[in-house]
Amino acid sequence: MLLYVFRRLLTAIPTLFVIVTLAFFLIRVAPGGPFNQERGLSPEIKANLEAQFGLNDPLWVQYLHYLKNLAHGDFGPSYNLPDFTVGELFAKGLPISVQLGASALVLALLLGSLLGTVAALNQNKAGDYSVIALATAGSTIPTFVIAPIIQLVFGLTWRLLPIGGWGDGAFVNKIGPVLTLALPQIAIVARLMRGSMIESLHSHHIRTARALGLSDWSVVVKHALRGAVLPIVSFTGPAAAALLTGSIIVETIFAIPGVGRYFVDAALNRDYTLVMGTVVVIAIFTIVFNLIVDIMYAVVDPRVRYD
Amino acid sequence: MTEVAAAAPAAIVGRSLWGDAWARLKANRAAMVSLCYLILMAIVCIAGPWFVPHNYTTIYSDYVRTPPSFSAYPKAEMVQGALDDVLKRMRVDLKDWKLEDSRAVVTVTATRPIDERYLRYIDRSDTFDDAKVEAKSNDGLEMTFSAAVRQQYFFFGTDNVGRDLLSRTLMAGRISLSIGLLAGVVAVVIGVLYGSTAGFIGGKVDEVMMRIVDVLYSLPFIFFVIMLVVFFGRNFVLMFLAVGAVLWLDMARIVRGQALSIRRQEYVQAAEALGVGARGILSRHVIPNLLGPVVIYMTLLVPQVIILESFLSFLGLGVQEPMTSWGVLISTGAKNIGTANWLLLFPAFFLVSTLFALNFVGDGLRDALDPKDR
Repeated sequence: MLLYVFRRLLTAIPTLFVIVTLAFFLIRVAPGGPFNQERGLSPEIKANLEAQFGLNDPLWVQYLHYLKNLAHGDFGPSYNLPDFTVGELFAKGLPISVQLGASALVLALLLGSLLGTVAALNQNKAGDYSVIALATAGSTIPTFVIAPIIQLVFGLTWRLLPIGGWGDGAFVNKIGPVLTLALPQIAIVARLMRGSMIESLHSHHIRTARALGLSDWSVVVKHALRGAVLPIVSFTGPAAAALLTGSIIVETIFAIPGVGRYFVDAALNRDYTLVMGTVVVIAIFTIVFNLIVDIMYAVVDPRVRYD
Repeated sequence: MTEVAAAAPAAIVGRSLWGDAWARLKANRAAMVSLCYLILMAIVCIAGPWFVPHNYTTIYSDYVRTPPSFSAYPKAEMVQGALDDVLKRMRVDLKDWKLEDSRAVVTVTATRPIDERYLRYIDRSDTFDDAKVEAKSNDGLEMTFSAAVRQQYFFFGTDNVGRDLLSRTLMAGRISLSIGLLAGVVAVVIGVLYGSTAGFIGGKVDEVMMRIVDVLYSLPFIFFVIMLVVFFGRNFVLMFLAVGAVLWLDMARIVRGQALSIRRQEYVQAAEALGVGARGILSRHVIPNLLGPVVIYMTLLVPQVIILESFLSFLGLGVQEPMTSWGVLISTGAKNIGTANWLLLFPAFFLVSTLFALNFVGDGLRDALDPKDR
């Protein structure tokens, strides 16, 4: 098992390398540069700035330089937020995004599994239909509609929650963003769970368990759930990577100082190092969570083995 | 089986794949209602802007952030405000005014003789029209004039700068729906061509083509879209192509898989054995069998495209003012929920209901066309 993890982590290095290379040259091919947008920047100052950041070197020199720094864990300075290095920006924003994303993920997994199980146990009855309706709504209504509606209903009309802001991580400030992040995921998890639970409930070992006279609770929780949870596990990998690295919509609407906005802002301002940093961070999260999912497979399903 | 067939040979009328699918679709209530809703929505959005009394770019500076209402504007108390505004501009003082029928009769005074040409200020205002001098004192310091009060209807209210939200929502619908359709078609065309080429040629070519798709898949989706926006600029038509060009990957995979499996089917082998040419097999067997998944995927693709377009517009990367789309309107609405929640609610309702309808139609089509279900 440990050997497997080690091997997987080793194969992640070439993957990361390809992604970094691709992203580096893609963003460089784009017209414009980090110091082109600011008006009134005299040519001399611009030339000085570019020289300071080594932007006048041949592209391959810059590329090798970036790779070398990256291998040492140095993401470089941000061009548009000159007082910060990219590493500092992530150290500041990432904990916030991770907190929100992790809460949303846990909420989605728990509530989604519960709803999906309830629907599967009441197949084609009222409970089932209401879960299906909720899942359809959750996966159809886009986040940028859910978020302002939550603000409008809970923030402005009922005045239960603050409309936005981080508030140094106060609990009430997190409710709106977490709910917005979680709703579409709850829909997906509930749908997956319902499908796999129905299948699991029809399998032979469940019939045997029932025939042996086990209680409903023990049949569902001990036996059916374990077989049904695999699709949820494979969903969790990419979902976790996406949730934990911040959502631009949620962070913009609720005015959360997370990392979700970095990528779009940086790409538009040609803040090369910040773009690269975001790509690397997202890639690392994706790789790590896919690995965790694969390990989880072996934990949940003993038939899966890694030698 | 043979007995039945022998007993009533004429009674068996074969139904075509599409006739069968249509019958199944018709039996699905949710899908049919949604289909009608979509058609209605399309008609309203396409034809609506011509029937709405306001143009979607016209700015009514007297009616900024006016709440939606079925009764006509101006309300009685608003006339006073508008009158004060315009009289200030005329540099005269209000002495007395009253409403007679739908005309306001106003008496004003000034320290200097009043020039009648000042009345054009009245005509310029959004509230009044057709100003006429009724009486004038001999020294010209006092004048009575009348002006028609213009009746305006803002069923959806007006936005931040005083544009009619109804006409803007309908116009936005035109843009969003046509982007959805056009980008959907672009994605389907690229995907079908790419996927079927890979599927038919097979072998090394298939291998290479599918690896390219895998690589594109592994790039973060948003990275891809933003890069396209960065390259193409915020150009409206290019957005169609960019969005379509991003979404063809799934289509290519689906079509390739279908093409591969159809080619190995026994009925295709039978046709080959009977001497049917490649073209015959393609047109008689492969394309009709491909169409089902393509149609299903297309209906599910259109809402994705609309969401993606709205998402980009929400970030300010998509459709630019004064042109508008549902994403642009919702973005403005989200910024003004405190003062003018109708700016969010109406466009959001249009967008979400359309997405729902599209999803129901997509699900209905999948049930109708999926051969496994039979």
